[in-house]
Amino acid sequence: MMRHSALGLLRGGFEGHKRWPRAWRAPEPRSAYDVIIVGGGGHGLATAYYLAKVHNIRNVAVVEKGWIGGGNVGRNTTIVRSNYRLPESQALLELSLKLWEGLSDELNYNVMFSQRGALMLGHSDADMTKLAERGDALRCNGIDAELLSRAEVGRLIPLLDLSPKARFPVQGGLIQRRGGTARHDAVAWGYARAADALGVDVIQNCEVTGLTVRGARITGVSTTRGDIAAGRVGLCATGGSSRLAAMAGMRLPIECHNLQAFVSEPVKPMIDTVIMSQSIHCYISQSDKGEIVLGGDPDYYPTYAQRGMSMRIEDVAAQAISLVPALSRLRLLRAWAGTTDMSFDGSPIIGPAPVEDLFINAGWCYGGFKATPGSGWLYADLLATGRPHPVIAPFSLGRFEQGATIDEAGVGPMPHHR
Amino acid sequence: MILIPCPHCGPRALAEFSFERPMETILPLDASTEAAVRRLYTRENPRGPSRELWRHAYGCRAWLNIQRDTATHAVLAVDLLDPPA
Repeated sequence: MMRHSALGLLRGGFEGHKRWPRAWRAPEPRSAYDVIIVGGGGHGLATAYYLAKVHNIRNVAVVEKGWIGGGNVGRNTTIVRSNYRLPESQALLELSLKLWEGLSDELNYNVMFSQRGALMLGHSDADMTKLAERGDALRCNGIDAELLSRAEVGRLIPLLDLSPKARFPVQGGLIQRRGGTARHDAVAWGYARAADALGVDVIQNCEVTGLTVRGARITGVSTTRGDIAAGRVGLCATGGSSRLAAMAGMRLPIECHNLQAFVSEPVKPMIDTVIMSQSIHCYISQSDKGEIVLGGDPDYYPTYAQRGMSMRIEDVAAQAISLVPALSRLRLLRAWAGTTDMSFDGSPIIGPAPVEDLFINAGWCYGGFKATPGSGWLYADLLATGRPHPVIAPFSLGRFEQGATIDEAGVGPMPHHR
Repeated sequence: MILIPCPHCGPRALAEFSFERPMETILPLDASTEAAVRRLYTRENPRGPSRELWRHAYGCRAWLNIQRDTATHAVLAVDLLDPPA
């Protein structure tokens, strides 16, 4: 693998960027692997990397039905943070955030992780009480959180509408200064390149069509490029989780929904913080290219179409403009949608499946991207040892029937959107 | 925008309707614990035809039994939930 450096980039520039080598191989699938990871998204590629790096298990394949980076890892709003409410979620996301903080060096690949701060707005007394409670819970567990007054929010984001007549008046906010954004494609490419260099086979255009279960144990997978035997199999394919699980006779607590994201034309720097309003459910940030990145509610009906409904564009634009009126002058350039696994408590499912040597990583709802390094690290640990790490133990598949849900938003036995 | 032919109102835009739940998850009151857990907490979550309970919330407010393709967004059948005898 060619090592990237500042000098190398400079040389690449003088050569017109025409002589960069392939970043990863395009191997034919072998007949057997120690571990097969189904799904070449961020989580799957990160899992493969940490299996090879941390656990020295290198006879590993990542099988991806399309191309890597074509699923949700390239369809999110790129926000990274760990300021969740419940201790279980905090432990998981903080482990992830700590890995984000060294990721570009770790992978020798610039994932453009920018800790520009992630700010949650409060629009009412009730909002501010909830934010204060969340901030206290975070600080008790050693995670940074700072409650801001309206004036402090105004100094941070001068373009925010702070007038009392605003459609959603701002009373204050809670900021996690270590939160921010990352370049999402680079995360997939960086992990693929680093995993490949350690011997992992990243196999694209290879769709899993069946799981081979003998007795109560998985022995391999059938794919569009032939049957492959495996010691252990890790499912890691949001949007395909239910169909894959059904191949082993399981039903998951997951409903698939569309989540859309939008970008505007690029403009000069105007918002250098991630703005989130969880009361009206709107996300605003500015990419390094200058585009304003927007996110909002899901489409509220089950779908696999990866094609969002048009009225959501209007909703999200209206919310964003009501918060930052200057955005009204911008034109939206692109809109796209991803298929999310909505679980029944808003939290992911990572753990062993009822079939021996089969493991599940699914149900990330709105929050998969920010968890990419942590999810990969912990899933690799699970696939290597067969035993759930204490951080993921609460996120077992069995928690729903035991009544031990991790109900971040207090939604009860319904998929997370309602 | 998906166009849903309401039996009372004719073709109307998706914006007027609200999705309630997949038909398979409607729970009979005398269901066993095992069946209740299965229906409350799991989904077939099909990619393709799906039978679902919807409501024409901003129209005639009727409950509808809709068969819909979750991959193509095609509306395959729309029936009233309990057609009068």
